[in-house]
Amino acid sequence: MTEIPEHLRKRAEEARAKAAAAKAEPEAPAADAAPSEAESKIPAHLLERAKAARSKAAGAEAGAGESVTAAPAGGTAVATAAPPVAAGPGGHTQRLLTVVKSGSIQDVKAAPQDKVHVWPHLLSIEFVAALLCIGFVLIFSIFVNAPLLELADINKTPNPSKAPWYFLGLQEMLSMFHPMVAGVLLPGIGMGGLMLAPYIDKNPSNKPEDRKFAISLFTIFMMSCAVLTIIGSFFRGPGQLFVFPWAAGLFFEL
Amino acid sequence: MAKTMQNKGSDKLKDLTDSVQGSQAWNSIFRPGSIFRKGYTDSPRNRSYVIMNSVLYHLHPVKVKRHAVKVSYTLCLGGLSFFLFILLTVTGIFLMFFYRPTAAQAWNDIYTLQTSVTFGLLVRNMHRWSAHLMVLSVFLHMARVFYHGAYKPPREFNWVIGIVLLLLTLLLSFTGYLLPWDQLALWAVTVGTNMMGYTPVFGNQVRFVLLGGSEIGTDTLLRWYVLHVLMLPFVIVIFMAIHFWRVRKDGGISGPL
Repeated sequence: MTEIPEHLRKRAEEARAKAAAAKAEPEAPAADAAPSEAESKIPAHLLERAKAARSKAAGAEAGAGESVTAAPAGGTAVATAAPPVAAGPGGHTQRLLTVVKSGSIQDVKAAPQDKVHVWPHLLSIEFVAALLCIGFVLIFSIFVNAPLLELADINKTPNPSKAPWYFLGLQEMLSMFHPMVAGVLLPGIGMGGLMLAPYIDKNPSNKPEDRKFAISLFTIFMMSCAVLTIIGSFFRGPGQLFVFPWAAGLFFEL
Repeated sequence: MAKTMQNKGSDKLKDLTDSVQGSQAWNSIFRPGSIFRKGYTDSPRNRSYVIMNSVLYHLHPVKVKRHAVKVSYTLCLGGLSFFLFILLTVTGIFLMFFYRPTAAQAWNDIYTLQTSVTFGLLVRNMHRWSAHLMVLSVFLHMARVFYHGAYKPPREFNWVIGIVLLLLTLLLSFTGYLLPWDQLALWAVTVGTNMMGYTPVFGNQVRFVLLGGSEIGTDTLLRWYVLHVLMLPFVIVIFMAIHFWRVRKDGGISGPL
């Protein structure tokens, strides 16, 4: 998206404010006059000058080639004549062709946006966030060791055997449904549904009050993931039986 | 007045700084806009140069919408996921120096790393905790994006890439889970891969390819090691590049609400 520099935006705003103030005054110079009503709005001395130029050009044409290089408009032709009747201020002949409002030809997509420089506003925040993150990981790692149980032994099945924590919701569903449903169908529908969400949800609004259904559905999805994972992590003991962690202890390793 | 307060020593130091900063070598290293350049001032031009002339920072645009820098909008979750990925790469490279992916050596290597290598235990802890944290932050990032409706046009495809990134993050974490080759790793992976075996039609084939056999063994270890340290990081970096690029192309981050 094109971005309008701040100083230009400010200048435009000032100009707009000035124009608004000028419009408030009763006699504003009408620049947007339509051709039909142009006659009445062209100042009298300009009209007179144009008329004189036109008659002069006609006279020149009748005289037939007193100057070979005469321009059709007659502007340069009159310049050779002794008193330039048709000369405007400063000796120039000016003509207003048209006034084009911005937006009618150019496609101005970007409404001016309130923007800030990434440096320092965003980078400093990111730096602090990264620092806090690495600080947390470092201090947590000093005090809490990663688990390393005894050497793997395919003949010694621990009870209970649990998947990594992010799969414990799936493992929990395994105890409720047929493996095909719990292990393949439901996660497949979940992931497929997530991927297709932008193509299913046709509601263009991103305001929370306009998308109560989508938000409810997603919250239900997140909450069921969380509840299943927590049950699978903390409330399943030996033999995948339901236990209370405060009574039976924790059967959970990260 | 300040001039008179300065002594000769600081004058000399200033001359030295000037000559170093004026040298060709110095100016060839620090591009315009660098704070180390001579005469750096905090001007809009230099603020733009800081971003444009840095290979790292130019992931960002020069300017962003004002609401986008509010911590309460993004909670930094996407950025932190990326940062954790970098942290995992760095710590992971360190761990690779001390680890051999065979059933006979893997556990011993980890044990030796923890007991005999300087900072070995600490770095292993950091690797493991950041991995769990990354799974969490990617998941929460997804939730944040959903609740802001940021997956809506024109960002639909970037959301899809985001889901792929979530799956890749889970796979990276899961492949790493086996590597210590302890009871926890072996049986967690057994449970996990048994679930894959229930895939209809080609479930057993998928399981066979992933395990490098019908049971978890030393072949599985090598296979998952290569997946964990080489293939999946390679793939996830490609998807991350597309993800970040699309954030820019789709007009910066979404919102404001």
